[in-house]
Amino acid sequence: MAVVLVDAGGTNIGSVRYALQRLGVDAALTADPARIRTADKVILPGVGAAGPGMARLCELGLVELMRGLTQPVLGVCLGMQLLCTHSQEGDTACLGLIPAPVGRLAEAPGLRIPHMGWNRLAAKKPHPLLDGMGEDGWAYFVHSYAVPVGEYTLATADHAGEFSAVIARGNFHGMQFHPERSAAVGARLLKNFLSL
Amino acid sequence: MLSRRIIPCLDVRDGQVVKGVRFRDHVVMGEIVELALRYRDEGADELVFYDITASPEGRSVDRGWVERVARVIDIPFCVAGGIRSVDEARAVLHAGADKISVNSPALERPALIDELAAAFGVQCVVVGIDSLRDADGEWRVRQYTGDPAKTQALARRTLDWMAEVQRRGAGEIVLNCMGSDGVRRGYDLEQLREARAVCNVPLIASGGAGTMEHFRDAFVEADVDGALAASVFHSGAIAIPGLKRHLHDHGVVVRL
Repeated sequence: MAVVLVDAGGTNIGSVRYALQRLGVDAALTADPARIRTADKVILPGVGAAGPGMARLCELGLVELMRGLTQPVLGVCLGMQLLCTHSQEGDTACLGLIPAPVGRLAEAPGLRIPHMGWNRLAAKKPHPLLDGMGEDGWAYFVHSYAVPVGEYTLATADHAGEFSAVIARGNFHGMQFHPERSAAVGARLLKNFLSL
Repeated sequence: MLSRRIIPCLDVRDGQVVKGVRFRDHVVMGEIVELALRYRDEGADELVFYDITASPEGRSVDRGWVERVARVIDIPFCVAGGIRSVDEARAVLHAGADKISVNSPALERPALIDELAAAFGVQCVVVGIDSLRDADGEWRVRQYTGDPAKTQALARRTLDWMAEVQRRGAGEIVLNCMGSDGVRRGYDLEQLREARAVCNVPLIASGGAGTMEHFRDAFVEADVDGALAASVFHSGAIAIPGLKRHLHDHGVVVRL
């Protein structure tokens, strides 16, 4: 199975790659359109801000390519946000593959932004991506922007209100947390993606 | 609901984990990857590695061990030690660290925080602050604490510096209360409470953990997001599973 990590300049590429290696998959890190197009699975990692993330995809000439992918695609953290329509972060137009907005997390007394740490996942819709997650798996989050709960939400987490922790539409999937840093739960969800 | 984090801190010197009392007299506690795996297995929520001699020696952190840790660890970890530029930070993040922490170099050149936040987002940028109470009762910042001979007392008030680093783009602050560090008499709750009042990003308590109650006090009384400790974990005085059970039983939300 050919799994590629899209080299969009995200800084968590190393850790996602190692997490896949722990699952026995050697993923290639690439920005080569041909390799991405022909891969069995495509992962778009990302740590950073939406504007520079989209700018990097544009620079690499990958925007239209990403939009045309038909194999399973997984966006992680910022990568998930880039799959959506628009991000409030830097007023950035994103890939538009999952029709959902990305907004800043709500403020509430005593709750900090960034939302940083381990939070519980609550499954909202059955999906093979969530197999074996259990009722309430813990996952590691680090973000200030999020996708509100909507039609494409598979699982949520709560930080001053519920937001989308896992989303999917067709072959496009997103995880707001870091599966590569979410211990056994994260490894299981990554494995589920590889089995789609 | 977000859980409170238990964070073992591994001070790294010459490729090994060391611990000193009040930042002095370091003794070797073990091998980096071995200890990292042990804490992961015990349920640590995150790990922090401080290359304690990098900053005083004017060099950046050694990336070899960062990559070795990243390969085996499936919980987040933060790396600190002499990171002076966006390029050095990028190298550490690309080696697999989730966050980078800056301390002395940010005091040398505070704009470093702005640059790191712009390059990687605030969520990657942790600012460590070493703080000690002066004779006049004010907490002030210390620099180059990795080497007692080079440690400097600054005129900056700790709380002022906390406000400034948040304005510049710190996504998390580790407040190391040097007066209580290494002596296991509890976190400096008074200082942490004052820090909490001016800290809108996650705040991590550091320095002074000796008993399970100390952790509970930091969470309940100072509302910190995470508690960092070293010697009580390295020595086995406190085991993480028991600590988390204790916290859970006292109403603190933890990942079990």
